[in-house]
Amino acid sequence: MTDLERRQDRSPVPSGWDYAPAPEARDIVTLEDSYGLFIGGELVDPRSGEFFATLDPSTEEPLAEVAQAGKEDVDLAVKSARDAFENGWSDLAPAERAKYLFRIARILQERSREFAVLESLNGGKPIKESRDVDLPLSAAHFFYYAGWADKLEYAFPNRQPRPVGVAGQIIPWNFPLLMLAWKVAPALAAGNTVVLKPAETTPLSALLFADVLRQAELPPGVVNIITGDGSTGAEIVKHEDVDKIAFTGSTEVGKAIQRELAGTGKKLTLELGGKAANIIFDDAALDQAVEGIVNGIYFNQGHVCCAGSRLLVQESIYEPVIEKLKRRLTTLRVGDPLDKNTDVGAINSKMQLEKIQELVASGKEEGAEIYQPPCRLPEKGYWFVPTVFTNVAQSYRVAQEEIFGPVLSVLTFRTPDEAVEKANNTPYGLSAGVWTEKGSRILSMAQKLKAGVIWANTYNRFDPTSPFGGYKESGFGREGGLHGLEPYLQFEQSEARGG
Amino acid sequence: MSRLPVRKTYKLFVGGEFPRSESGRTYEAQGQNVARASRKDLRDAVRAARAASGKWAGMTAYNRGQVLYRIAEMMEARAAEFAELSSGREEVENAIDRWVWYAGWADKYAQVLGSSNPVAAPYFNFTVPEPTGVVGVLAPESPALDGLVARLAPVIVGGNTAVLLSSESEPLAAVELAEAIATADVPGGVVNILTGHRSELAPWLAGHMDVNALDLGGADGDAPELERLAAENVKRVVRGRADRQSPYEIANFLELKTVWHPIGV
Repeated sequence: MTDLERRQDRSPVPSGWDYAPAPEARDIVTLEDSYGLFIGGELVDPRSGEFFATLDPSTEEPLAEVAQAGKEDVDLAVKSARDAFENGWSDLAPAERAKYLFRIARILQERSREFAVLESLNGGKPIKESRDVDLPLSAAHFFYYAGWADKLEYAFPNRQPRPVGVAGQIIPWNFPLLMLAWKVAPALAAGNTVVLKPAETTPLSALLFADVLRQAELPPGVVNIITGDGSTGAEIVKHEDVDKIAFTGSTEVGKAIQRELAGTGKKLTLELGGKAANIIFDDAALDQAVEGIVNGIYFNQGHVCCAGSRLLVQESIYEPVIEKLKRRLTTLRVGDPLDKNTDVGAINSKMQLEKIQELVASGKEEGAEIYQPPCRLPEKGYWFVPTVFTNVAQSYRVAQEEIFGPVLSVLTFRTPDEAVEKANNTPYGLSAGVWTEKGSRILSMAQKLKAGVIWANTYNRFDPTSPFGGYKESGFGREGGLHGLEPYLQFEQSEARGG
Repeated sequence: MSRLPVRKTYKLFVGGEFPRSESGRTYEAQGQNVARASRKDLRDAVRAARAASGKWAGMTAYNRGQVLYRIAEMMEARAAEFAELSSGREEVENAIDRWVWYAGWADKYAQVLGSSNPVAAPYFNFTVPEPTGVVGVLAPESPALDGLVARLAPVIVGGNTAVLLSSESEPLAAVELAEAIATADVPGGVVNILTGHRSELAPWLAGHMDVNALDLGGADGDAPELERLAAENVKRVVRGRADRQSPYEIANFLELKTVWHPIGV
């Protein structure tokens, strides 16, 4: 460290700074008291007759009631999707299909503020993230895949691509609308119809998306949106007339789905958990790297499957990195998701909060050292202070298990080989980060890390053109890019010699 | 008096060597005593495949192509023996030509299956295929030689290593192939071939936690149960067919890695 840095490190941290509240107005969102299921182009009452409340996790106040779709409801949704597939959608000229997707992209752009507010209300994520990340990326995904709809034979030359049929899609609560876009856009571009189930705790942006489909005049039944808990998802997976399942969520549920589909021949893609290493070399631009560490693990409260939850720091720079990181943590603003200054919002649900608390307790018990910045949390709602564990052994649960919360585990390494070995020492393989000023080292690390996405001198960056997905127990199949179309298509199998 | 011929002992192929089954068991097939592999042999084979994985995946694509072509050369030299142990000359020629076809793909599939991606940010973003790791293969029961080659070639050309269960009723061609592979500059452990009773081996292969992908081409009624076992570590499961030949057969056993490399001055 230079003298100047040393002096800065001793200076009082700016934790006393106060910001005036800057809440985003929520009146742009109009909520119904109760929502049915979006089947065949309209919201209908569930046959199950059951509803449940969906909350604002930052206040625990109910926002609306949504339907709990049962077996019969799932069956109706699948029938509606099958009917739309057979009678019109799969015969529609691909260029027309493309135009529907372009329309959806445009409407999402036009209504982005409304969606951003709703996403923060129902999910607890900071408005600056839903406004600047979730919404622009969701629209971009539809725009990107729209253009593919009438160009599939160039994407898959000599393979005669055809749609699969009805796609059952089950998405998580961490990026509700963005995960919808990742699933629905390529499925429709490829000519399929869809039965989509948003997560139990975050159904509202998907239900508002149904209104976008109305405005886009998408033919009824092409997209069906049914709400419910895990049992609804299980009914979709089990349904005989669903041709393809796409699931994003926990590795545990992913394995159960793979088991359930064994022997059925149905297509399956899984985007599951992660325990990514974010690796900082001693020649990295440290201030930039510290921002990357913070973005890697505290972005979206750490509710990110590809979160950089294991920090690997080269030993020679361990002290300054941890010093800078702690200092940076004291400036993170935790609180009202709708406040434009908020960096870390609410934990998505009570269940998730309890899981984070349990794992953090295990970290303390196993002997890791905990750091949490001074932080005043709201009285009501689900909150967790951004947390750093140091003195972590590879065997600790906080270094092995996905926490899916704002909790970072710090480990050290001496050589690039040791970094690779530690980074790969996990059943997961979704993502990894590398921080160094040396381009050749970036590429050499990228080659050796067993993960589907490698970020160099950046983290948690997404783009519709960039394929995303895991190695090992993080799942299989890719979303995004040309490769993201493949799971939604079937091909003529070439059997000829030299074919 | 005519000379008494020297017979061959039909053994397993594990880690580049030809051991008998550690269980000491054999079974009779095609008029010969053939090694009947045990669970322990299977675990040894997976360990050998994992150990060979880094070196094979790290070889240049050009080099891997040369090694595959060398397998074709070694088969051609033993074509008469292979013809006797399979359905005949035509099957042998098909199998040899398959090796040549896949050898040529070694330094090409990355260009067909990868991409560079025009992201809306200052990064050079590209997607490259990489080997999945260790692949378990249930070779088709028949054709015993060409079916095995059709499933094995796309696995190893992509840089994976393989643990393969041969045809149970006609295992001799697989053992002959192992002998050709052993002389073809294929590093030990890249290909491991087990003979024996498939029903007692397949579940252990499907459930093994250090196997990354599974080709069930040769599975019959037990396929759903094997798929269920494969889910334990999210294996990539492929229902391979003996008559398929395309670069997408290679793609089945590849992972796609996307790299965001910064652009700046």
